[in-house]
Amino acid sequence: MDKSQYLHPDKELMSRAEIEALQLERLQKTVRHCMNSPFYKKRFDSIGLTPDDIKSLDDLKKIPFTTKQDLRDTYPFGIASVPLEKCVRLHSSSGTTGNPTVILHTQRDLDEWANAVARCLHMVGLRPTDVFQNSSGYGMFTGGLGFQYGAERLGMLTVPAAAGNTLRQLKFIKDFGTTALHAIPSYAARLYEVMVEQGIDPRRDTKLKTLVIGAEPHSEEQRRRIEDMLGVKAYNSFGMSEMCGPGVAFECKEQNGLHIWEDYYIVEIVNPDTLEPVPEGEVGELVLTTINREGMPLLRYRTRDLTRILPGECPCGRHHKRLDRMQGRSDDMIILKGVNIFPIQIEKILLQFKELSTDYLITLETLEHNDAMTVEVEISSLFTDDYARLEKLTKEITRQLKDEILVTPKVKLVANGSLPKSEGKAVRVKDLRKTY
Amino acid sequence: MTIQQLSVFVENKSGAMLNILNLLKVEGIQLLAVNIADTVEYGIFRIICSEPSKAYKLLQEAGISVTLTDVFAIELDDKVGELARVLEIFHNESISITYLYSFLLNGKGIMIFRTADSDRTREIVILNKLKFIAERDLYSLV
Repeated sequence: MDKSQYLHPDKELMSRAEIEALQLERLQKTVRHCMNSPFYKKRFDSIGLTPDDIKSLDDLKKIPFTTKQDLRDTYPFGIASVPLEKCVRLHSSSGTTGNPTVILHTQRDLDEWANAVARCLHMVGLRPTDVFQNSSGYGMFTGGLGFQYGAERLGMLTVPAAAGNTLRQLKFIKDFGTTALHAIPSYAARLYEVMVEQGIDPRRDTKLKTLVIGAEPHSEEQRRRIEDMLGVKAYNSFGMSEMCGPGVAFECKEQNGLHIWEDYYIVEIVNPDTLEPVPEGEVGELVLTTINREGMPLLRYRTRDLTRILPGECPCGRHHKRLDRMQGRSDDMIILKGVNIFPIQIEKILLQFKELSTDYLITLETLEHNDAMTVEVEISSLFTDDYARLEKLTKEITRQLKDEILVTPKVKLVANGSLPKSEGKAVRVKDLRKTY
Repeated sequence: MTIQQLSVFVENKSGAMLNILNLLKVEGIQLLAVNIADTVEYGIFRIICSEPSKAYKLLQEAGISVTLTDVFAIELDDKVGELARVLEIFHNESISITYLYSFLLNGKGIMIFRTADSDRTREIVILNKLKFIAERDLYSLV
């Protein structure tokens, strides 16, 4: 076998039995380590569970789930399993009114994260000779630093272009001979639009051959369109800040499902209502346990992402399970332009405007190739008959929403009573994007 | 000098104004003038009518976003250059007009307008002896 196509052949080529043996060893170690976490210690004590009770992978079921609410309740450092001085970085979710979540990393965590991302990038054929440009936002958004360190670990020349300024991105792509680009799918499409405007033919005028896309739900059709437009192979990436960020699961060259690195995570798919495991191959909520993390391991974390495990073997030789494309959420979280947004964040802002009624409607749609959010709000009693003041109100709502959710929505004032009422189960979000 | 105008928030969709007018019709409210601009998403439907307070109350009870606004009503002679003459007075005083529309009632031109500074506008109307119309007088012209 040609092992050069695997960055970590000892891990990537493990058989199922080897994977499971390693998982049990790492799970037991992780659970013991978690007893240093005030949160997990208390939780284990409350149900009389001890690390010694975890004798097989099946015993994982004895451990209660960890939820996003747990992360919020223990904000900022309550779940950590190491003293704070051992940590070297944190990533936090957005939000000024909502409860943010924080993930702490030790130096070892960052190293292992970089290794995982490097493995993903190597899997799709990237090598130290490649030039990797990252158009993610840096800072708290994990797609920035996550890919940065992973690409460096692999040894590529990296171009940390960060988000926005499309003309500058294009100049970098041309001048630096960028061969691989990480972008959210809607931005890849935007880049192509600008190329066309500038008379740039991506096949003739650039060296682009690989695109890494993720952080935003997209359909197979959308992927093929991006590949056609830019003349590249586009690979789906899956990650979330609670699990470090990118590098959790990634497509191999087969482009048929995302291998989830089972030396890092134990995967469960459960029915979101009963929390019981679903039959093999059926869609349910993805639950992940980190087994290669030091700073802040999470046990049975409910990701709220809906997906399934693809049955069968992958021709690439890896036995790490493959996740199907994410098929939605079991909560109301919206993923737009790589940013996670909860409707409650929007609601809290809107409630501060006494000019508005309590009803609102969020519409997500794909306009041209870009995903956009429209927030319709009802004007409760007309406080002015001046267009300028209504415009000012619209601008102020837009600004405050942008500060909270980090993307700029289109705010539309509508007449009182025209939106679904808040009594009962009002429809707050309409997702018209063709993604699932 | 000022009269009450109904200002109703209407979305740009078919039937939005009709709905308002039907509510007024049922209660026997008579329209004297209406005005709306062609903005993109919504409009402010401005209405001069008989019994504005009653109209306001009934629209509000119907859950419609409505407000009562005091607007100036000036009577103009029905002759060439009359509106220009009046606007020049305001221009000379550096008062800019927020919006303006006009209608004819029994052979009299009536100019409805608002400015950013109502107090100054009042003074100018008086000092220049412009023929203003009071609410009561307007409906007696009907």
